[in-house]
Amino acid sequence: MKDMNVFKGSDNYVVTEELMNAVNVAIALEKPLLIKGEPGTGKTMLAEAISEALGMDLIIWGIKSTTKAQEGLYVYDTVQRLYDSQFGEGDVKDIAQYIKLGKLGEAFTSEKQVVLLIDEIDKADLEFPNDLLWELDKMEFYINETKETVKTNHRPIVIITSNAEKELPDAFLRRCIFHYIEFPDKQKMAEIIDVHFGDVDKTLADAALDAFYELRKMDELQKKPSTSELLDWIQALMISGVDVGNLSEKMPFVGVLLKKNQDIDVMNEIKEKGYSLRRW
Amino acid sequence: MFLEFFYLLRARGVEVSINEWMTLVEALDKGLARASFKGFYYLCRAILIKNESDFDNFDAVFAEYFHNVKTPEDLPEEFWKWLSEDEQTRDEGRGDEWPRELEEIMRMFRERIEEQKEKHDGGTYWIGTGGTSTMGRGGYHTTGIRTGGESRHKSALQIAGERHFKDFRDDKVIDIRSFQMAFRKLRQYSSRIDIAKTELDIDATIDETCENAGMLHIVYDKPRKNTVKLLLLIDSDGSMLPYSRLCNRLFQAVSKANHFKDLKVYYFHNCIYDNLYTTPYCKRGDWVETNWVLGNLDSEYKVIFLGDAAMAPSELFRRGGNAMIGLGNDELGIDWLKKFKRRYKKCIWLNPIDEDSWDYTYGYKTIQAIKEVFPMYELTLDGLEKGIKKLLVK
Repeated sequence: MKDMNVFKGSDNYVVTEELMNAVNVAIALEKPLLIKGEPGTGKTMLAEAISEALGMDLIIWGIKSTTKAQEGLYVYDTVQRLYDSQFGEGDVKDIAQYIKLGKLGEAFTSEKQVVLLIDEIDKADLEFPNDLLWELDKMEFYINETKETVKTNHRPIVIITSNAEKELPDAFLRRCIFHYIEFPDKQKMAEIIDVHFGDVDKTLADAALDAFYELRKMDELQKKPSTSELLDWIQALMISGVDVGNLSEKMPFVGVLLKKNQDIDVMNEIKEKGYSLRRW
Repeated sequence: MFLEFFYLLRARGVEVSINEWMTLVEALDKGLARASFKGFYYLCRAILIKNESDFDNFDAVFAEYFHNVKTPEDLPEEFWKWLSEDEQTRDEGRGDEWPRELEEIMRMFRERIEEQKEKHDGGTYWIGTGGTSTMGRGGYHTTGIRTGGESRHKSALQIAGERHFKDFRDDKVIDIRSFQMAFRKLRQYSSRIDIAKTELDIDATIDETCENAGMLHIVYDKPRKNTVKLLLLIDSDGSMLPYSRLCNRLFQAVSKANHFKDLKVYYFHNCIYDNLYTTPYCKRGDWVETNWVLGNLDSEYKVIFLGDAAMAPSELFRRGGNAMIGLGNDELGIDWLKKFKRRYKKCIWLNPIDEDSWDYTYGYKTIQAIKEVFPMYELTLDGLEKGIKKLLVK
């Protein structure tokens, strides 16, 4: 493997060896990397880390439920053209000036190689990924209105994230490299905390970690806290300077970790009685 | 031949396409396995497997295929070649290290197999598929993700052997979200049905107007709405208690799903008789007449029964078999069920009991009898999806 485009993690992103391998495989094979995992496992952050580590620009295409594949390629601003034609402004004959490239188009036409993040692809319509097969395969598309083909000079590194809200079509999956980010274990989480806070008090970090994983063990919770919530919580603990002696008993600022009242009740009940029947 | 691995994967139900296989070969040619067995394992998984629910299956097949390998010579030829060829692609200065490293991996690999053999005497595979593996994790775990131990220094086989992703298997029980996802598939859009075009299609109007050189040209479209009406009947008491959390999840998923045209939920105890309860507590009086339901909910409703179908045979086949004391029934339980079958064309029965034990578990007689009336599916993601497909068949 050439050394220049090898991802080795970055200063503020802790990466597992498997994930690093998956990224490098995707780069070497020039295929999109599909990342799945629980919310809060740093799927979106990965693309940032890659772009930072490899010194490339990052282009983010955030997907919403209404996003159409076409928008990522280009948009033909017919309304503007109509407007211009009625008021006699601009050169209406020149269609090209009404063609606006989308994020995918931007990534394809970039002078330098970029990292393209297609974020939360599962939010879009079920057919969405299928509409992008050719474009992601060949890294080119055709603009009907101007009869031009947009080709890429430097294949972007494509990272796609999914929260598994919808099943992605097989044809699409076959073209991707896949990686599932597991929820970090305690040790990995300690590293993540280290990366984020650097000089965090060891006793505080340990106590917070213990309390956090104890919480995550409670299956009765509707929404288990994730990494970003833990980081916020540690931040809050640090600022407030509370005594961390019996952290898991008192659970100060528990609202940072658990966002639903019902979950807080469940937690208290479990801590008190060892079980909870509130779910049924 | 290494190709056997490909066919073994397919034979074991892991749908690997030729494209993916060629990609793997390309990756191996490029040295992306980085001359390590572990690297090889991860590479295979990243390229061939596209869903975490298949990870467990993949691990099992990987272990099955490579368990025969006792010496490096046993390795498939191509594989050996890939490992050796990689020499050139390694960093300089480490050139003399790699054969040793490779040997070490192979030794670890052999040891692992020896170890596994001792542990699993008599098993078909060293990694038991039927729960015999000491490394596997038993029991149902309903929440999906569990964090495993430290994994950085494990060999590929050990990782495969752990079957770390067991919890993600499609055929395991599931959380609310997965249920919701499954129920999303229960849609039949009205655009298939003939109704008036009443909704302004803005995009098409703009396009058409532009095509029309600026003269307004309005385009209408059919509104897209789900036409599925659902009647959910839940067995809620007694023998269903062990499954209450699972059923609760299904119920939550259904009630949160707002895409049904109509949703009606009633409860019953073991079997359906003259009345259907309106609350899960099945209290006398909190009910509607079953005949009222049959009369008022038209035959377009799709019906999902949720229950273990396990009861005393008398509850199904005898007059007065109703298990609720003091509530006799003139008509047999089974006949009530058949009434539903006649009224509603699309009915399925979801059973939280493990499908494998339908033939002999407590209540197998009634399970079999009900299974003859309604298509019965195990209450897993797989089963639910199959059931929903059944409901949608025209």
